[in-house]
Amino acid sequence: MTDRDPQRVTVLGAGVMGLTAATELSGRGHAVTLVDPALGPGGHGCSWWAGGMLAPWCEFENAEEPVLRHGQSAIDWWDRNAGGVARNGTLVVTLGRDRRELDRFARRTHGFEAIGGNRLAELEPDLGGRFDRALFFPAEAHLDPRAAMAGLQAGLAARGIAVADRMPDDAGRLVDCRGLAARDILPDLRGVRGEMLVLRCPDIALSRPVRLLHPRVPIYLVPRGDGVFMLGATMIESDRRGVVTARSVMELLSAAFALHPAFGEAEIVETGADARPAFPDNLPRIGRAGDRLYANGLYRHGYLLAPALAMQLADHIDTGERPEFWHETDDQR
Amino acid sequence: MPVFYGTTVDSPLMLGTAQYPSPAILAAAFRASGAGVATVSLRREAGGGQDFLRLMQGLGVRLLPNTAGCHTVREAVTTAHMARELLGTDWIKLEVIGHTDLLAPDVFALVDAARELSAQGFKVFPYCTEDLSVCGRLLDAGCEVLMPWGAPIGSGLGLNNPHGLTALRAAFPDVPLVVDAGIGLPSHAARAMEMGFDAVLLNTAVARAGDPVAMARAMALAVDAGRAARAADPIESRDMAVPSTPVIGKAFLA
Repeated sequence: MTDRDPQRVTVLGAGVMGLTAATELSGRGHAVTLVDPALGPGGHGCSWWAGGMLAPWCEFENAEEPVLRHGQSAIDWWDRNAGGVARNGTLVVTLGRDRRELDRFARRTHGFEAIGGNRLAELEPDLGGRFDRALFFPAEAHLDPRAAMAGLQAGLAARGIAVADRMPDDAGRLVDCRGLAARDILPDLRGVRGEMLVLRCPDIALSRPVRLLHPRVPIYLVPRGDGVFMLGATMIESDRRGVVTARSVMELLSAAFALHPAFGEAEIVETGADARPAFPDNLPRIGRAGDRLYANGLYRHGYLLAPALAMQLADHIDTGERPEFWHETDDQR
Repeated sequence: MPVFYGTTVDSPLMLGTAQYPSPAILAAAFRASGAGVATVSLRREAGGGQDFLRLMQGLGVRLLPNTAGCHTVREAVTTAHMARELLGTDWIKLEVIGHTDLLAPDVFALVDAARELSAQGFKVFPYCTEDLSVCGRLLDAGCEVLMPWGAPIGSGLGLNNPHGLTALRAAFPDVPLVVDAGIGLPSHAARAMEMGFDAVLLNTAVARAGDPVAMARAMALAVDAGRAARAADPIESRDMAVPSTPVIGKAFLA
């Protein structure tokens, strides 16, 4: 496939990967059909439960280099295609006795300013006096995942692309973005369970995500506006979905309470649990399986890496170029 | 090489499988370490964690399931049975946590659980303190291996009570002893081996290192060095200098 002629492409799955792929492909003039049994994004996909942090510098603490490189371009992509991106940076703090966690985090990341209590109080007045040290990553951003997916869906609708619940007769090229549901064609894919809470706590206002480092229970809080916060997230080697466990809720809430006691009075608006699709190296892959291309394994970096994958996928369909995240099985070599 | 319940393992280095950046890095760290045993936690992973267990089974080392996160005899016994069923092994690293902050063993519940599991045919590896009486009770309960802590789990503090560990070695010369938990640096691992311990078990020091694979290799070298030193019969330390070059016959008046 070396021509740039418009093609008929059917994208399977309307999670963050499917929506970004459909957006990128239709933006380049391809005739895209988007298929999802639920007729759109929702709780059946793990991107519904995500934090929406666009935090490549922070993630680099425990992720590999491609996450840092591609994550940076994701911020602009989301701004361009969905809007609603808040570019207020990220704050990283730790409780007094875990100060070494902050040192370790600083050693393994860059792109931050090490700040003291006064500067912290300027940035987030409600955290003033609670921490005397923090790391501020000014170039990071965050979004509301559900709003972002709705934004992409609206953009597609404006191009005349509605989500269908079944494959069209003339599907053209198939692009499989079904996440963990694609284990039927991707045996290496595993689930990594994450649990989250949505809290309403009008007593606290934050302008940016705050990460509280802890040797056992690291958490983050992402402000959703109007006193609503997403609190996440556990990382458990399990593909169990559905309800949260008491232990995880206890751990997450205790950590939030330690960040600020006002969270003790918060309303629990929602709880959620799902499993992130991941390959053994926790890096995403684009590849071919049977009759289709696939893009999958975004692990905890759905919003951070989906734009890069979508662009690589579209480049591949346009020019045949081998994507950076290309993966070949032994029998394809 | 250490012999546990009649089975010789390939290396005195035992590694945990939690907290690695990815299963691929975990597997590379195991290859670099030559570790003979991998501990796996079942309590949180059991519901739907089969994919991860399958990856661990693919490491090609013997799996030692543990009861991490259990606080009572009943929880630990149930988890041990689940592990036997899922992994087909009667080895169980028995952890019964008594103090949440330090993750210190509840030694009373530990002895009870060890007795019950041993009677049910399990080969119990108890995570214990270096207390001589507790260790004696665990042997009475049917344990044929002891795994005293060096320091609290994940603390990286090393060997907090070297005298106690040395006394334990001396008290039970024929029991396989493993320093479990607290090792943060290769020098800690080497020291445990120099003291005559049969093996060391560690996780965080490798998994959370900036380069887990390089740290796994460093731990392997340290364990080898410590074991070789022990076998070489090290000298006793002493207060007075002992010159290593003979002085008699030297022309000291010249």
